[in-house]
Amino acid sequence: MFKFIVRRFLQTIPVVIGVTLLVFSLMHFIPGDPAQIMAGETAPPEQVERMRERLGLNDPVYVQYGRYVTNLLQGDMGQSIRSSRNVLDEIRPRFWITVKLALYSTILSVFIGLIAGVFSAVRRYGLADTTIMIIALFGLSMPNFWLGLMLIQFFSIELSLLPPSGWGTWQQTILPVITLGTAGAAIIARVTRASMLEVINQDYVRTARAKGLSERVVIYKHALKNAMIPVITVVGLELGVLLSGTVLTETVFSINGMGRLVIHAISSRDFPVVQGVVLIFALMFVLVNFLVDVSYRYFNKRVDYN
Amino acid sequence: MTGLATGSDNDTSGAVVSTSNWRLVYRKLKKNKTALFGGYLILLLIVVAIVGPYLTVHDPVRVDLGNRLQSPSAEFWLGTDHNGRDVFTRLIHGMQITLFVGFASVLVGALVGVPLGIVSGYYGGAIDSVIMRIIDVLLAFPGILLAIALVSVLGGGIGNVIIAVAVFAIPTFARVVRGSTLTVKKLEYIDAVRALGATDLRIIVKHVLPNILSPIIVQATLRIAIAILVASTLSFLGLGAQPPSPEWGRMLSDGRNYMFDYPHVALFPGLAIAIAVLAFNLFGDGLRDALDPKTKK
Amino acid sequence: MEQPKPFLEIRNLTTVFDTDAGQVKAVNDLSLVVPEGKALGVVGESGSGKSVMSMSILRLVREPGRIAAGEILMGGEDILKLSEKALRRIRGNRISMIFQEPMTSLNPVFTVGEQIAEAYQVHQGMRKSKALERSVDMLRQVGIPSPEKRARQYPFELSGGMRQRVMIAMALACNPSLLIADEPTTALDVTIQAQILDLIKSLQTELNMSVIMITHNLGVVAETCDYVAVMYCGKVVEYADVETLFREPKHPYTLGLFNSLPRHDEDRDELIAIQGAVPNPTNLPTGCTFAPRCPDARPLCEQEAPALLDQDDNTQVRCWKFTEKWQETVENT
Repeated sequence: MFKFIVRRFLQTIPVVIGVTLLVFSLMHFIPGDPAQIMAGETAPPEQVERMRERLGLNDPVYVQYGRYVTNLLQGDMGQSIRSSRNVLDEIRPRFWITVKLALYSTILSVFIGLIAGVFSAVRRYGLADTTIMIIALFGLSMPNFWLGLMLIQFFSIELSLLPPSGWGTWQQTILPVITLGTAGAAIIARVTRASMLEVINQDYVRTARAKGLSERVVIYKHALKNAMIPVITVVGLELGVLLSGTVLTETVFSINGMGRLVIHAISSRDFPVVQGVVLIFALMFVLVNFLVDVSYRYFNKRVDYN
Repeated sequence: MTGLATGSDNDTSGAVVSTSNWRLVYRKLKKNKTALFGGYLILLLIVVAIVGPYLTVHDPVRVDLGNRLQSPSAEFWLGTDHNGRDVFTRLIHGMQITLFVGFASVLVGALVGVPLGIVSGYYGGAIDSVIMRIIDVLLAFPGILLAIALVSVLGGGIGNVIIAVAVFAIPTFARVVRGSTLTVKKLEYIDAVRALGATDLRIIVKHVLPNILSPIIVQATLRIAIAILVASTLSFLGLGAQPPSPEWGRMLSDGRNYMFDYPHVALFPGLAIAIAVLAFNLFGDGLRDALDPKTKK
Repeated sequence: MEQPKPFLEIRNLTTVFDTDAGQVKAVNDLSLVVPEGKALGVVGESGSGKSVMSMSILRLVREPGRIAAGEILMGGEDILKLSEKALRRIRGNRISMIFQEPMTSLNPVFTVGEQIAEAYQVHQGMRKSKALERSVDMLRQVGIPSPEKRARQYPFELSGGMRQRVMIAMALACNPSLLIADEPTTALDVTIQAQILDLIKSLQTELNMSVIMITHNLGVVAETCDYVAVMYCGKVVEYADVETLFREPKHPYTLGLFNSLPRHDEDRDELIAIQGAVPNPTNLPTGCTFAPRCPDARPLCEQEAPALLDQDDNTQVRCWKFTEKWQETVENT
């Protein structure tokens, strides 16, 4: 197990290098002169030149990348063009908001998805199963920003039950978490159902029944623990989708997290901030994938032999 | 369909279905009512996208402030927006954009991703490692983040949205195709063809590609659903289609400030997106089940 | 042959599978007595319904199969009429079962100790720690070396023979009165097969259990059983004590099974297989189901199905050859 963790960790290193390379080169994909665009289209040439100097665009590309990585290793992600503050300082207060939003939504989607999926599998082809699966398919077909707007319209405007924006109180948590968690819940429900249906027909489930265990124990202990193995992978992938989904949810609910930060930065052409946030998101996702693989290994003991 | 696969009498396995089985697939698809429903819905959407704009009576972009924010009525079926434009007319015109972006971005993504996957799976070794590491890096950007990052540097507009969504689709295609190619490569008749002196290119085009078509088609269908969602998301964020475009995501973000008093300006564009995505998801799900050898009778 | 005292009585059991091609009666109006404290072998080709019959006893038949009719009486109680809760008190407690595939019959995500302990926890209300101790004892009893270590291992760490021993330990944990063994050795190596059969046989005498041994192998029956029921197309075609059956098999199908056995005492080059194949289960012949394959069949056999009738030596046979009607047809032809 320890050897596996080390090996899997070493595998992330080239990915992380690739990620920094791609984020670094984002600036160079900008059509035209990045310095001109960032300084503003009407900026005089001296100002553009100062911007070019500030961004270090006069050096050869490999020198730029070397400097970028060296700075990164020292925790320096550059300066925001708009606020002149350190990018990391811009991100820091917003980081945990986004992480919490994604985490709560993941918990919600795993919770709802598992229950709905198991319920559907146990009652397969019944009315409940069909209904759940139609809702699930609709849930993952619906744009989540639209769902957010509709929830605001209904719960905040019509019923005045929950606040339409902001972050901090538990009331402010509910709608964003539902908005962000719905698609994930739908996907997890589908995967769980498929996985359960496969497991329910296994011989060891029959053995559990033959032992005299109650149907509840058979389903929730013997079947579900096996059915969870493929679900873990999907949860990991979903966590990534949810991470990026925060961009939408934060925009819809005016939450000051990293997602909203990146949208503001894009519209104000503040590329160092864009790069910083994109890099943080990617590194978080690499970390999540690493943890998922390790826990998959932990849960699926058979992997060692197969 | 005959003639597509010269070696179609071989026994294929895994996620791969030989072309001689397409009739069976069609029969199974016909039995799956939800998939059939999705298929008809897609056809309907395509027909509406082509002929619909000629049948609508209102102008999709001309501002008519005298009629702004009308509720749904006999004249304005789904009401009007803040510029007095008929929402229904705009939705019909927007259908073209949505479907075009969906098909085009998936096509571009497949054109890059499929060859990458085939080369990776067929040749293996160093080139496989290099390609797969690049794919790993692309996949390290979670969900729509990659598309957002690309559009942020490329700028808005439909063309850039298509590029961004296509890049977002490349890794999935490459991975799926690589897996299927590995399966096909193991088939004995591929060895036989090689022993007869066929070139790699010929083997890939005449023998590998026809055998991995089915997973590609399933993936493409499901990717169109995702592409439509991502494209509308980008437009909603203001990074995609620009006003006065009747792109559905754009309509939602334009209508956002008015939806509290006039819910119809946000309700219907979102519903339209959901229905289009649903159609491709239903059909893709059905195709996957029909092409899955495990459910073969 | 002395009449066995019944432990379990199956009466007119019919278990059907609803398939696209039509309804299949895997078990067709079957009646059978399981003697107390004895081992009953149930023999037949695959598709004869012997496995489905054994699953029906504990109501473990999987969809799309279902028990359509019949009674399964144990101590005057009909198992088929019991509530789920009452049924669970019997499963793994009074009646236990071991299956054909030891590789897949154990849950891969729990240790074998945990899986055996569950039986004690659910039927005897034991605490987990105590139940785990007992499961180690049980592993020792079924001949697993270093049982303390094995109990903490997962199924994938054990060989097939070991896993079947674990299955037996699990089945016998609560001292059942009846053990149903569904082809327990088919999936195992030949050397391991004998060990497992010996184990079952010795535990059966030691614990004075009834055993139902489902098998397609007459050799297994000879080694482990006291009585035999031969099944064909969902029905019992012959029932006898082992000695009588091996000395004087009556039903042509039983004879066919014997003839298809490889024998060491005779110098014979080829096996004589029973001609033909098991009939299509959705479209059974009207008369005797074996008639199409029977070397002795007469028009009567194809017209009318014979009943399972008592013979003078206390055996039962379902064949026209052993009736008075048969003599009449001989005279007529």
